[in-house]
Amino acid sequence: MTTATPDVSALIIDDKDRHIFRVHRSAFTDARIFELERQYIFDTCWLYLGHVSELPGPGAFISRTVAGRPLIMTRDRDGALHVLFNTCPHRGALVCREASGTTRTFTCPYHAWVFDYTGRTISRPIPESYSQACADDPSLNLQPVPRFDEYAGFVFVNFAAKGESLADYLADAKPYLDDIAAQDRESMVIVGGTQAYSARANWKLLQENSADGYHADSTHATYFDYIRNREGTVKNLFAKKGLGRVRNLGNGHAVGESFNGTPWGRPLARWIASWGEDVKAEVDAAYREMAGRLGEARAERICHGDRNLLIFPNLVINDIMGITVRTYYPVSPDYFEVSAWALAPKNESRVLRDLRLSNYLEFLGPAGFATPDDQEMLELCQRAYASTPWVQWNDLSRGMATEDGDCPPKQDELQMRTFWRQWRRLLEDGMGKEAGTASRHAVKVGAWA
Amino acid sequence: MTMHPLRGEIEDFLYREADLLDNWQLREWTRLFTDDGSYLIPPLEAPDSDPSDMLFLVYDDRNRLEERAKRLLSKRAHAEFPHSQTRHLYSNVRIEELAGDELTARCNFVVYRSKWDVNDIYPGRSTYRLRRTPDGWRIASKRAALDLAVLRPQGKVSIIL
Repeated sequence: MTTATPDVSALIIDDKDRHIFRVHRSAFTDARIFELERQYIFDTCWLYLGHVSELPGPGAFISRTVAGRPLIMTRDRDGALHVLFNTCPHRGALVCREASGTTRTFTCPYHAWVFDYTGRTISRPIPESYSQACADDPSLNLQPVPRFDEYAGFVFVNFAAKGESLADYLADAKPYLDDIAAQDRESMVIVGGTQAYSARANWKLLQENSADGYHADSTHATYFDYIRNREGTVKNLFAKKGLGRVRNLGNGHAVGESFNGTPWGRPLARWIASWGEDVKAEVDAAYREMAGRLGEARAERICHGDRNLLIFPNLVINDIMGITVRTYYPVSPDYFEVSAWALAPKNESRVLRDLRLSNYLEFLGPAGFATPDDQEMLELCQRAYASTPWVQWNDLSRGMATEDGDCPPKQDELQMRTFWRQWRRLLEDGMGKEAGTASRHAVKVGAWA
Repeated sequence: MTMHPLRGEIEDFLYREADLLDNWQLREWTRLFTDDGSYLIPPLEAPDSDPSDMLFLVYDDRNRLEERAKRLLSKRAHAEFPHSQTRHLYSNVRIEELAGDELTARCNFVVYRSKWDVNDIYPGRSTYRLRRTPDGWRIASKRAALDLAVLRPQGKVSIIL
């Protein structure tokens, strides 16, 4: 047992000559790695906080934990957003204890300091006992997060005061977020009903899983059985030739996407027979509305495609049978918490909204027909990593020989390699190390055991 | 206060449901439902909301609850292979009369789930709409609201509550 600083470069074998990509399993179990991730990933990257639709008007607020930090997001009377640490500058208590609501002020329950929705302290009991210096001290307001910004309705925070802008950070993921935001003529909205769940596994296993085309046929066999029972037939998705493609979107972001390649229906707008003719008219009308607004080509791409979008490090937006926005954070190396929401077009008809929510749950969520089996796979992996001293590596080499081609299929593992390369880069940069060489000798890595 | 005259009969029905679930007789469980029956688990923070405009955990019509049962009996329903051990405890049964052949029954529940080294507890309250049919009582809807602020550390509801 050693407590020396881990050699993060040695955790990944990225051998571009032999097309071998391996991740050392201690990356999922080592508490020292977990500390480095907190420091060099969660404290430097843009992290998803919430969606603008969750703050519908002046005085609206949500309170939420991001990377373990309790935050409040508010909207002021001019419509501007504020993101504050949810801790009283006096003695520290959580100032806001409700998940959402509307308010003009926040009153700390401990000593009744009162703050407005910009965080400014507007009253303290027995004010005459404070000096003028205290009364004027801005550090005695609710403190803003170092940075926050919004893109296409998605609000992110950054705990580092300096660094690249959100727009730069999102890189080539931006057009995909634009395509989500464009699905309503006015705006997209988070539907009520947060799915707050967890898994007894390392958080990175969920990032790997969320756009893994290779696992669908085996992990989700019973979901496809269900579709087959209902629709009478299922497209042979996972034929040898591969489905769709994976794209590296830069900065660790990736997308797995396909066009008319999946057997489920999309409320916007890919009708399936079991929905019936009445619904078909609604689905067609929604498609025509979008095509009129965005043009046929873009509407077709959005409505007939499916996208599993990974925003580094811990945001997944899957635009599939519904749109799920899912973020997660590790409490320990072997346990993480997930918060997931359904996103929907604001002006969707009642019939389509109902269909969307029902459709979402046939696959997604902790009681869906698929997500529990995903969680099971993550937990099976985590359990078995107890053997790491003897069985040390995960293999993510699939499709590596063709990963720079035009169309690496969705069943390949490029999206995971994209994540891990960024993960290693950030840890190495954070630790001030030289970039690792492509391949390390196993003996050196054996020191991990 | 006297006991509702139907309470014993309804309790027997609910205990039979619990037995079927704990014995993994899930096909038999689906036969307790009417043809238009539904099975719902509302969002944790909004137990009385409407599934057509809130994201539930389960929103099954009769067809889907049957598919759910069928799926869970497959060896490829990985989260429940091997099957976990469960125990459904129902209590505080209350009966409310409705018009015609239907009544509403409410009960509290605790479901224990055990698998490998993990023991999970699911507390909550269920609302049943029951219909009297020539074959006996049948479930027109079952709505199981969990008394959990978050689904942690359980992480999932891979069993039927």
